[in-house]
Amino acid sequence: MADTPKPTPRVRMPANAKAGDVIEVKTLISHEMESGQRKDSAGKIIPRKIIKQFTAAFNGKEILRADWHPAVSANPYQSFFVRVPESGTFTFTWLDDDGSIYKAEQKVQVA
Amino acid sequence: MQNIVVAPSRRIFLSSLGGAVVAVTLLPRTLSAATDDVQAEVKKLYGDKPMKEGKIKIDLPSIAENGLVVPLGFEVESPMTEQDYVKAIHFFAEGNPNPLVASFHFTPLCPKAAASIRIRLAQTQKVFAIAEMSSGELFTSAKEVKVTIGGCGG
Repeated sequence: MADTPKPTPRVRMPANAKAGDVIEVKTLISHEMESGQRKDSAGKIIPRKIIKQFTAAFNGKEILRADWHPAVSANPYQSFFVRVPESGTFTFTWLDDDGSIYKAEQKVQVA
Repeated sequence: MQNIVVAPSRRIFLSSLGGAVVAVTLLPRTLSAATDDVQAEVKKLYGDKPMKEGKIKIDLPSIAENGLVVPLGFEVESPMTEQDYVKAIHFFAEGNPNPLVASFHFTPLCPKAAASIRIRLAQTQKVFAIAEMSSGELFTSAKEVKVTIGGCGG
């Protein structure tokens, strides 16, 4: 199998907020999310390789965790809501079946 | 003579029917309509705990043209405070090879128990959701989606 490019996470959220603001976070990561159901041209099952977990944390404290199964589409998109109590850093983590971890960080400044 | 043969089997039939009725009434109507696969997955998570219907708003299209990418959004009614919040929500697609689609674990730091993702649906089917509250209460809801082109590949 050809090497697939390294998954690139993308996060969209405002960099500035007022204390207590509720903001929507939109995340996307490039990943084939191979379900383990498909067969190649030779009729052999293509082994499963998906991102199985997504985590969002603020200043090191977990906010939300999602367990993904093969029914999650390729290039998984995930949006959700967070409250910004103070200035700090949001960390987003994607955990691959093969143990790789992909990370993205976003600083938010409270005015 | 015939009576002697028929009576015991009818008794057995009626008593087993009684058992079935008791089993069904434990599940809300939404979930009792789910396939055995889905019910087995639910049992693994929550055993035979009673559930109520409602509280979950599932946002799925009624008709999905492409089963590979079906937008799924949801929101669970909850104040989301330390005392009363949504702990988790699980989604099941009864017509997929593996019914479990995704699970979300919330904390009181979330202002609302809402999110959206994109999922694969193999065929026209019902998608079920079960939400677990911090009080331990369980709620369930379902939405039917017609799929024009299935999303599981050859």
